[in-house]
Amino acid sequence: MQYLLMTYVNENGWSKMTPAEQQQGAAAYMAYGEALKKAGALVGSNRLQPTSTATTVRIANSKSQVLDGPYVDSKEQLGGYFLIDVKDLDAAISWAARCPAAGHGVVEVRPIWSMPA
Amino acid sequence: MIGLQSNPMNSREGDEQARNLAEAVARCCYGKLVAFLAARTHDVAAAEDALSEAFASALADWPRKGCPANPEAWLLTVARRKMIDAFRGQRREIAGEELQEIADGLGAAALAAEIPNQIPDQRLALMFVCAHPAIDAGIRAPLILQVILGLDAKAIASAFLLSPAAMGKRLGRAKEKIREAGIPFRVPEPEELPSRLDAVLDAVYAAFAEGWSDPGGTDVARRDLTEEAMFLARLVTELLPQEPEALGLLALMLHAEARRRARRREDGEYVPLAEQDPAVWNSQMIDEAETLLLRASALGTLGRYQLEAALQSAHVDRCRTGRANWAEVVRLYDALFALAGSPVVAINRALAIAELHGASAGLDAMPEAAADPRLAEYQPYWAARAELLAKAGTYGEARRAYEIAIGLERDPAVRRFLQMRQSALDGR
Repeated sequence: MQYLLMTYVNENGWSKMTPAEQQQGAAAYMAYGEALKKAGALVGSNRLQPTSTATTVRIANSKSQVLDGPYVDSKEQLGGYFLIDVKDLDAAISWAARCPAAGHGVVEVRPIWSMPA
Repeated sequence: MIGLQSNPMNSREGDEQARNLAEAVARCCYGKLVAFLAARTHDVAAAEDALSEAFASALADWPRKGCPANPEAWLLTVARRKMIDAFRGQRREIAGEELQEIADGLGAAALAAEIPNQIPDQRLALMFVCAHPAIDAGIRAPLILQVILGLDAKAIASAFLLSPAAMGKRLGRAKEKIREAGIPFRVPEPEELPSRLDAVLDAVYAAFAEGWSDPGGTDVARRDLTEEAMFLARLVTELLPQEPEALGLLALMLHAEARRRARRREDGEYVPLAEQDPAVWNSQMIDEAETLLLRASALGTLGRYQLEAALQSAHVDRCRTGRANWAEVVRLYDALFALAGSPVVAINRALAIAELHGASAGLDAMPEAAADPRLAEYQPYWAARAELLAKAGTYGEARRAYEIAIGLERDPAVRRFLQMRQSALDGR
């Protein structure tokens, strides 16, 4: 089954880190991605640019509305995702717990809505 | 019994006193009450429901009417009534005769109410029910935590990395099985006791530690449930004082707990065993562990937990005296491996062999990930491999093994520690 692991972290945290800490942090994510790959669980993953680059779009009263900034303004922001393919929710949770984001933010685990073939 | 009887008082103070008393009773007697209520009906869920209603009544009644002299018996009497009502209300296919029998059985509680401290302690039997071979091994520890200690599914789920909904469902299914399959509420006969007790001890240990987390494999991963598990281990040793493995398990836990603070620097960074400061260890706990281990060895049957506790005690001795004792450690691991040949033991044995005969001997003793697919996703395996590869001078392979270990680690402090070890190889 496929699950989307969404990482929510405080994006201001990154700029407050020393270059050495940033390097260590990035390396942890790299290693995590490698471990997922090696386990044959990784379908895809990406890191997102900070929410200051976000734009939200909606149609209200037949008029499109385009706004600067993220949809949800919260302490932790969606910072990236890992799309994984594993046996079941338990396996997805155990991978979520290994994600570095679980240590400095939150990882949300959501099953992918599978379409009948 | 201490005179807990009190006069009705103003409501806030009364509320607080009632709540405190209810909490104290829940802490010491929850499992005892569940065990008593479920022993006759085999319906653990119904016993828990009735008991939680009884606790709710207590919080409503005690502030108004004063706390009862024997709160345990009060709760049991109310819970018993609720349980009988629930059985009647359910119109489940219980013959009138059987219902009468249940009512009579539970009625014994009313007699007990006259004599404090006479509620028979059937917690041990209940633990054997929870760890019965018919119950899935993975749910035994959560089940014991819930029915003996009254922890809710949410708290248990986090510790076992399951969703609360899934944990709730599995606990429910296990309780259903207990009821439907007619699992007997009794302590097994002496001839089957050792193997059945192993299952109970394994469940208690699983609650204590989800696995070995550090590359040295010498310390137990910390979990929130440590304290609860120690309470359970103590309970088993109190109820079965002549069982050496129960004593061994408690000794093992005390050793791990004694070193808890030393595993972290003040800034939260991880400290491996070899670099810990023995002065930070809790020597009182270590002493208790040693005493327990002596008591166990006098009983004459060696087992897995005694060996593991003996290993901890060997590590403690080496760190305190600075005297290398790797030959003894390897001997203990050999014995442990012969008894319980798990990959975890094999990894730690290989690390000890490396200390005694060098890194390449250690690598030869390491299990192969190809032979056991579980190892591929087992962090301590990769961390241990990396350590030995680095010692053997195969830096490229060591770096790759560290990379996998880092990717598999959950604990941020241990992850940083592994990253440090990995970058120490840079340029080599």
